Parts: sequence; C-alpha cells; structure tokens
Amino acid sequence: MEHLSSIFVASIFTENLALAYFLGMCTFLAVSKKISTAIGLGAAVIVVQAITVPANNLIYQFILREGALAWAGLPDVDLGFLGLISYIGVIAAIVQILEMVLDRYFPALYNALGIFLPLITVNCAILGGTLFMAERDYNFMESVTYGLGSGVGWALAITALAGIREKLKYSDVPDGLQGLGITFITAGLMSLGFMAFSGIQL
Amino acid sequence: MSHIRKCLDRIHPYFARGGPYEKFYALYEMVDTFLYTPADVTRNAPHVRDAIDLKRVMSYVVVATLPCIFMALWNTGYQANMAMAALDIDSVPGWRGWILDGLNVGHDPQSLYANCVHGLLYFLPLYIVTIVVGGLWEVLFAAVRNHEVNEGFLVTSMLFTLTLPPDIPLWMVALGISFGVVIGKEVFGGTGKNFLNPALTGRAFLFFAYPAEMSGDAVWTAVDGFSGATPLGLAALGGVEAITGSGVTLMQSFLGSIQGSIGSTSTLACLFGAVFLIYTRIASFRIIFGVFLGMFFMSSFFNLVGSDTNPMFGMPWYWHLSLGGFAFGMVYMATDPVSAAMTNMGRWIFGGLIGVMTVLIRVVNPAFPEGIMLAILFANIFAPLIDYFVVQVDIARRKRGYARAG
Repeated sequence: MEHLSSIFVASIFTENLALAYFLGMCTFLAVSKKISTAIGLGAAVIVVQAITVPANNLIYQFILREGALAWAGLPDVDLGFLGLISYIGVIAAIVQILEMVLDRYFPALYNALGIFLPLITVNCAILGGTLFMAERDYNFMESVTYGLGSGVGWALAITALAGIREKLKYSDVPDGLQGLGITFITAGLMSLGFMAFSGIQL
Repeated sequence: MSHIRKCLDRIHPYFARGGPYEKFYALYEMVDTFLYTPADVTRNAPHVRDAIDLKRVMSYVVVATLPCIFMALWNTGYQANMAMAALDIDSVPGWRGWILDGLNVGHDPQSLYANCVHGLLYFLPLYIVTIVVGGLWEVLFAAVRNHEVNEGFLVTSMLFTLTLPPDIPLWMVALGISFGVVIGKEVFGGTGKNFLNPALTGRAFLFFAYPAEMSGDAVWTAVDGFSGATPLGLAALGGVEAITGSGVTLMQSFLGSIQGSIGSTSTLACLFGAVFLIYTRIASFRIIFGVFLGMFFMSSFFNLVGSDTNPMFGMPWYWHLSLGGFAFGMVYMATDPVSAAMTNMGRWIFGGLIGVMTVLIRVVNPAFPEGIMLAILFANIFAPLIDYFVVQVDIARRKRGYARAG
C-alpha cells in the first residue's frame, strides 16, 4: 500500500508529465486560456489515462512482453517491437468507445468534455504514460495507480497554467512575445517551481 | 529642498517629448518621483484615493528590511572574523584587507564595529552589482517600452542581495539578477504584471544553474579555506542533535549569529520587519500567519509520525522557524502583493501552502536542505488558481443566498 501511494504522489509531483517531462505540450499550451476549459480537458485526461494505462498494461504483460506468451505455449516469442502501434491503437479505440458510451449514457459529461476527448487520442502525455508504464514494468495495480496519478498531475499543471494565463491577460507583454512566446516562458518558470520536488525519493 | 525642485523643473523640457533626451525620460521620471510626490492627477473615472502610493509602499518595504541589513553586516563580519580566529589567519587578502588595515579596524569577533565594517566589505559589492546590473535592465526596458522605472526594483534588489551567500562570485550575482528582472518580471510588462517573485526567480535560477557555488559547505563564510555546513545542512544528516552538537543553540539561530545566506539568518530581525509591515498594513498578516500555521501544522504532523531513518522528522516547529531563511521568506518574500493570492481567504490558503511545502521539502527531499524558496515559487504558481476557486465559492454562496431571499 505504501509502495502504491508513493507511486501515486511521485507521478503527480516529482514526475509530472507536463512540467518534468514536457509531454503533451501541444494541448498544454493551446487549450490553457481559460480555467473552466482547462479543468474540462484535465478531467478528460485523468479519465482516459486511468483507463488506457491499465488496459495497455494487460496487453503488455500478457501479449507483448518477452516471454509473455508462455500461457499460449510460446515462451520464446518477444512481440515488444509491436509496442508503439498496439498502444496507440488501444488508446484510439478506447477513446472512441468512451466517447460513444458517454454520449449514450452521460450526455452532460459528454457535452462538458466535448471536443477534448478525440483531441486526447493524439496527446503525447497519454502515450507517454503508457510507455513509462512499460519501461518500468509495472504490474496491474501499479499501472492503475500510475495512470490515475499521472493524469491528475497533468490536469493540475494545465489548470495552474490556465490560472496564470487568465492573470497574465492584464500583463503588458512585448509584441514579439505575445501569445505562445510568453506561454512557453510561463511553462518554463512553472517547471522551475516544480523543481521543488526533484530529488524526492519515495 | 526647493532648489532640487527648481533644478528638476529647469531640466524637465530636455527630457519631455520632443526634447533632446526624450529617450531618457524614464530616468528623469524615476529621480523626480522618488524625491517628490507627482502632481499628476487622474482625469477620468475611476478615482482611487489612498494616502500611500505604490512608490511609497515599495520604499516602506526597503525600510522594513533595515534590521535584516544590519544583521547582514554584523553577522557576515562576525562569521568571517570567527573563522579567521579559528584558522589563525590575521589578515584578509586583496582589497578588503587593504581597507581593513588602512582603517585599522582589526578582526576581533567581539567588536561590533570590526564585524560591521568587515561585513560591509562583503555586502556592498554584492549590493552594488545587483543595483547596477538590475537597474540597467530596468532602465533599458523602461526607455524602450515607454513605461516608468518602478521602486519595486529597489525591493527586488535588496531582497535578492540578502538571500545570497557571502562568498558568491560577482558575475553570478549579475547573472542572477538579470534573469530575475528580465525573465521574472520585465517580459511580462514590469512591476505588478509578473506572476513569480522576481528576487526569488533570480535566486532559484542561480541555485539550479550553479549548485556547487550556491550550496554545499564552503560558501557560507567569507573566508578562503574555511568550510562548515549550515545548521540546516547538519540537520538534514543528523536532526536537531547534530545542530546542538556543533555548538549552535536555539537562541543563536533565533538571533541569527549562524552561518547562512547573507541577510536571512536572523529570525528576530525578520520579526521586527514583520511588525513594521503589518502595522503599516503593507504586508498581509493573513499570509504571514498562514505560512506560520502551515509550518506549525506540518512539522507537528511529522513529529507525531516520526521516522527511524530520517532525523528531520523529529525537528520541532521552533527550530524550523528559527533556522535558515524561513522567517525571511515568510515576512518579505511570501507577502509580495503581486505574486501572492489576492483574496483574503486565498491568502490564508496561499500562506498555508507555503508553510506546508517548506517543511515537506526540508524533511522529505534530501536534495535541498532549504525549502522556503522553492515553496514560495510553487505557491506563486498556484496563487491565481487559489483566487479563482475562492471567487467561485463566493459566487456560489451568494447565489444560494439570493435563491433563499427570493
């Protein structure tokens, strides 16, 4: 239990996908103008991350990993080279199914998440989370925790950035830096603040 | 005084629009409004009246740092003289020794005068470099972008200087203040428009860019060849016992006669500043008490939990308060009105977050012995978000109130 909680905390703060690894930058920078939208996108990332990372974990543990096919009588087969394509396919499929399920049974939530769900399919933070899971060889429970934690961390980062950008609306940024330029600097300075956690061994 | 006014009025046309030096109007305006309250008035609504304006607020903060400046002079000299006595050195190399010998000051750690003069010789170069380099950037941006040079810079440069180790190379000081002023503040449009505390941004930049010079054991006392860990560095290894074992008492660390950053060792001096700032209502007491309560809660929590492997768990709150830069950050850095939360409730939360994070970094993170700097930067990041949620909660509550009333 202590092991799981330390994975959870580390994935939110120490190994924050957005501010420590700079993953998912495209949506991070583009969809962070308003806090309310950022919260919506953040929630969508949490949901998708919490489902796809464990799903990919099952695929990794029982099909792709070296020796994973022992249950089918093929102990020497290593399908690791199929990793990238399988993961991204799984992510795309799950996001599609999730969208349909939400549309049918939770229309309010579907409307709130709106365009973000399909957008997330191509978010590198999602694929990054899965690849980290495979590289660290997490078991199923660990992957559930990691998926949830890394999603929460990314959501936290984008909401904070949106808060800062709403405040920066009143700033007087030089012409050449307006828009994305100042947002890049802001993201960099945020990651300076998140350095507080670097080095924490849990 | 009217001589200066007349002189300023006489040269005004040279700097006004169309004059030969109009590019340097920012400089003229800086000197003018520093000396005299400007006569300009707002012509259109809204009209806000207050007895104290931004420039005076900033000057007050500089006044509030005076106790810390005095302690910076005395303690830097005291530590250096103590180290010299311990190493049996009787002259300071370079220009400092030349001045000290010329004035016949001596190196007696018991003498207030000798300590202060010795400390001054370390404090002044740091401060002058900070003011000159930072001021250059400030004036450059003001001249090119047509805004005013703001007294906020005086605060930034003073706070930045006071957080430096005494032995730091001067080019690093220049680099740090440049980063703080340009990236931390001016790219956002100057005072009031940034989201991180500029002094801390510069300090954190140096901390991560030159870890060897900004941390470790050799940098905290201004004597070559003297090496001693700061009390916080000792505590990270052996807890409170390691501090008292090295001969540092709680009283010493509260008064500030310990090694550390040049001006932030003395909790007492910071508390004087705090009283002044709260009395003049410049710093928010909510933030200061919030930081204290957060620290108190978190350190008590760690005391209760306890740990066999990490001695920092057992450090009580009064040690956390008196060691390192905690008091300095709490009083001068966290209360920066620009980068802190702006709602009253938000200030409590913002302060509490800083206190909790400081203890968390000090206790749990082995990479950094001191945590207040990063804790404040971290809370700065979340300050706008805290305000947003406080306002949302307020809106929801009022809506419910209206629903009942209607």
